[in-house]
Amino acid sequence: MKKKKKEPMQYLLIGTGTAFFLIMLVFPLAEVIFRSLKDGLQVYSSAIIAENTLSALKVTLIATVFAVLVNTFFGLCSAWLLTRFEFRGRQALSALIDIPFSVSPVIAGLAYIMTFGRMGWAAPFIRWLNDLLGTDIALVFSVPGVVLATIFVTFPFVSRELIPVLQTHGTAEEEAAVMFGAKGGYIFRKVTLPHIKWALLYGIILCAARAFGEFGAVYAVSRARGKTFTLPLEIDALYMAGSAESITQAFAVSSLLVLLSVIMLIIKQVVETVSRNRLKVQAQQKEDKPCM
Amino acid sequence: MYVEMKQVNKKFGSYEAAKNINFGIEKGKLVALLGPSGSGKTTILRMIAGLETQDSGDVIIEGTVVNDIPPGKRGIGFVFQNYALFRYMTVEENIAFGLRVQKKDKKEIAGRVKELVSLVGLEGMEKRYPHQLSGGQRQRVAFARALAPNPQLLLLDEPFAAIDAKVRKELRQWLKEMISKVGITSIFVTHDQDEAVEVADEIIIVNEGKIEQMGTPIEIYKKPKTAFVSQFIGTSAVLNDFHGFRGFEQLPEASQVIIRPEFVEAFKSDNQKFHSLIPCSEEGVIREIAFRGSYLELTLEVNGALLQTNRSLERRPVEIGEPMRVLLYRVYLLKDQDAYLYKNQLLKGVDVEAL
Repeated sequence: MKKKKKEPMQYLLIGTGTAFFLIMLVFPLAEVIFRSLKDGLQVYSSAIIAENTLSALKVTLIATVFAVLVNTFFGLCSAWLLTRFEFRGRQALSALIDIPFSVSPVIAGLAYIMTFGRMGWAAPFIRWLNDLLGTDIALVFSVPGVVLATIFVTFPFVSRELIPVLQTHGTAEEEAAVMFGAKGGYIFRKVTLPHIKWALLYGIILCAARAFGEFGAVYAVSRARGKTFTLPLEIDALYMAGSAESITQAFAVSSLLVLLSVIMLIIKQVVETVSRNRLKVQAQQKEDKPCM
Repeated sequence: MYVEMKQVNKKFGSYEAAKNINFGIEKGKLVALLGPSGSGKTTILRMIAGLETQDSGDVIIEGTVVNDIPPGKRGIGFVFQNYALFRYMTVEENIAFGLRVQKKDKKEIAGRVKELVSLVGLEGMEKRYPHQLSGGQRQRVAFARALAPNPQLLLLDEPFAAIDAKVRKELRQWLKEMISKVGITSIFVTHDQDEAVEVADEIIIVNEGKIEQMGTPIEIYKKPKTAFVSQFIGTSAVLNDFHGFRGFEQLPEASQVIIRPEFVEAFKSDNQKFHSLIPCSEEGVIREIAFRGSYLELTLEVNGALLQTNRSLERRPVEIGEPMRVLLYRVYLLKDQDAYLYKNQLLKGVDVEAL
């Protein structure tokens, strides 16, 4: 690529973009790190290893892992269904998948309480199930509730990433495989998956990133600090406590969440780079061996 | 009959893609399903393959009704439009796919792949991915891949559509030779009549979900049975109000006819060869002359109707506005949906072919 002299307009646009990026994203995040270290490493590390923080980290990770597993599975199923089959209610289903995007997460949480809470209409069913299995699982104000709420809000990510890819991919290659007598699972592994794997991975990363940070839905179904609180709830609780010390602690825990997000960001970047390089390598090979 | 369709019907919603389809194809034949786009030809092909299921009727392959047999068990090789090669697999892996699904032994697979790669002339490209190949090479891979599991029947959906016009002609010959070399019964879908005429042993003409006519290319060209076929094959002009031509006086008023360029002879009135035929001809004027490379395409106005004919460049030059004698050898007379050949009555006893 030839280097051209930049026009004043270019400087203006680049300058505006950079300023916006710094003011809206970089400075506030840097502030979080700065604030968390304000009272020294001692305070920082004690905030991080506090029992409540570790419990919140655990709950966050549990919720994220379940949300990713469940949504990957159902995301694949729904994307497959919506792009491969024509059936009545297809449009409706497609719209339903997006509900978590349009409904406020708090409402999702409240809906779970109304449904599965002690007064909810599904409560007797859960009681019956618990009796049957000899367990004592409560769905609301407990870790399973947090998991469910997280699943709800992160539901669309995987399928929304997959649908456009599956649509452009078309069905021809799968039909070709069918003509050879290949079975569904084999076709998925050998033909479909190689095509959608980057989109799938990207969807999973987005899903995980959102699961870490979810606040509203989880807030509604989680009441016990140190038991069912996730990192965002713990940060909120510390911050709301109001003392100078607890605010610093809130920032320390925030930095932990930022760290998780940065890790996800790095993974995402690596995924993108790898997939782009793969394309580049293929293009390179094409140049090396010209077509006849 | 090796492949048969019996009273097959198929609807997509309210759209009738196949209406009472009946035909049989003999073993070893190369057959073209020819028709305009949306005529249902691809649907017929896909029903034979089992990729679509007919609403009623039977698909029979080698005497067995295959209605309930899944596509992969029908012993069919399918070459898709745009080939549908597995883009994340190399040429080799593409060809081996069908054999791997059958869990064939590795050595056997390697041997078969090698054999096919050399059959289609792609040696040295085994490790390439589809996007590193040209259109023609992709077609070869698709062909080899379809043949790998030794199918008894080969189906090809618009096999030349994805290839540019230049290479297409070459590939037609290549495919025809390959198919006769392998000796496999084959059916291909096309909307291009030249392609069908050049490649196929037999042509099935499909229109609006119905079979119009089935026969050898010559039969279809010389004896179109229906109005649709007579217009679809060859270059033809339809005259809706054909009357007053010499030699055709006995036709009913306002007959609908189809006239092909080769039915029309235009000559100058001092032409000695056609001198005796002047009484059978009409007066005409050249309205347009188009150069078509190896010949001229003349548009003549005769009795208020415009007729086209092709003129060899070896003959005397002509110009626009020049009066010509126009002789009509024959027309296709259309009645309802059928077409009949009708000859110039004044030419009875004249050896037209000797002209």
